[in-house]
Amino acid sequence: MSELIIQFSQWLLTLTQGAEPWDSYARYLPRLMDGVWVTLQLVIVSGIAGFIMAIPLALMRIAKSPWLWVLPYCYIFFFRGTPLLVQIFLVYYGLSQFESLRNLGWIWTDVLSQPYWCAIIAFSLNTSAYIAELFRGAIQAVPKGEVEAAQSLGMSRRKQYQHIILPRAFGIILPAYGNEVILMLKGSALASTITLLDLMGATRGAIARTYMSLEFFLLAGALYLMLTAILIGFFRLLENWYNAHQHATRMPVNKLDAQLRDKHIEDNAR
Amino acid sequence: MDLHGFGHLLLAGTWITLKLAFTSLFFGLLLGLIGAAAKLSPVRALRWIATTYTTLIRGVPELLLVLIIYFGTTELLLRLFDQYIEISAFAAGVTALSIAFGAYATEVFRSALQEIPKGQRESAMAMGMNRWQTFTRILMPQLWRIAIPGLGNLFLVLLKDTALVSVIGLDDLMRQAYVAAGFTKLPFTFYLAAAFIYLLLTIIFMQVIRLLEMRANRPWQGAR
Repeated sequence: MSELIIQFSQWLLTLTQGAEPWDSYARYLPRLMDGVWVTLQLVIVSGIAGFIMAIPLALMRIAKSPWLWVLPYCYIFFFRGTPLLVQIFLVYYGLSQFESLRNLGWIWTDVLSQPYWCAIIAFSLNTSAYIAELFRGAIQAVPKGEVEAAQSLGMSRRKQYQHIILPRAFGIILPAYGNEVILMLKGSALASTITLLDLMGATRGAIARTYMSLEFFLLAGALYLMLTAILIGFFRLLENWYNAHQHATRMPVNKLDAQLRDKHIEDNAR
Repeated sequence: MDLHGFGHLLLAGTWITLKLAFTSLFFGLLLGLIGAAAKLSPVRALRWIATTYTTLIRGVPELLLVLIIYFGTTELLLRLFDQYIEISAFAAGVTALSIAFGAYATEVFRSALQEIPKGQRESAMAMGMNRWQTFTRILMPQLWRIAIPGLGNLFLVLLKDTALVSVIGLDDLMRQAYVAAGFTKLPFTFYLAAAFIYLLLTIIFMQVIRLLEMRANRPWQGAR
């Protein structure tokens, strides 16, 4: 894909032979595509990390003992109540205030002082708070009968969560999770404020050299829209696959199990 | 927390943040109402414009919107009228944030309008009210009640998005924290202080929204 874009812009370069504005477009298009790749990395890595962190947070948050739920409650409240920009600056600029962190060796030089990792840390912390809140609502929305059925089968608490409650909750939050990832994509533009060359950063770099602000901002907007559309499509597919049971009534009647058939016709007649 | 005499700067920034948020709220609500009316209008072109507006704006980062309006408008004016007009960061911020708020508010108002039973509108017409009277006397009061929770959430998002305007140099809370952090070399302290001020504002406005919700629901509480 990126190979293709580089070839395309080289072809555009020879075609225009330095004629503006096409020359600038061709010159900076590959850099914008590099930026798209960085943006995607940020969204995917922090999306996955945030998701993994969200599950224990949500489980602690719904616990009855105040010792367990107070900490995740404060965590979620802090990250949902403050701007993402403040959180990024806290991680990237703020951490250098602590002498002990700066003496940590490779953890400081390769991770905590790098804008790339700081952005990923800030985004993961931020998105995990939002996803934990989604999970909390979903776990409480799992139909009671399903939990009771699991209990009557003699499942342990652990097994109930592992096989019934968490998979079901995941199905419930999927649409909202898709929205959250899109918000994360839009939030990832803030990584450009800590000198990272994501799509927004690459765009601002191109504008600083060419002074063609309108064109490059619109181009970046079009690329962001494309990324949003791809993410929406991906989550729609994922939802159709994971929540297939909810769409089953749209199946043709003759494909159904014979015992289910009458019930199905009944449902449709209603 | 020792703020080294920068406390009053942070407070001044908070004031600008609040002004920015409320000005954008006002214009954003207007845009949202217009957008919802356009989405539900019988004219196909209006519906198309409103749908394009909400789809485009909701798919693009707010930061890009702020930058396009601050830097792009200047260039557009330069090309159109051949003279350099600089727009203030505050005006650019209000424009960008209202446009973003309006796109989300359009959806809130649209679903709220659709939730009002059709009979309400029909009886207003039967009473001989014109469209404007129907809107202001029948639809608006009910719309408000249904839309407050959604709009409240949007306002809390807007409050946090005001921090983006610091990127184009408006002296809001975020920018003042940045300046103070640069002077004192204590970035963590000042960004944390800014974070707590944002949290405090969020808590205050959550309570205000709760009160507004209760007030709007008064007619439904008497039945108990």
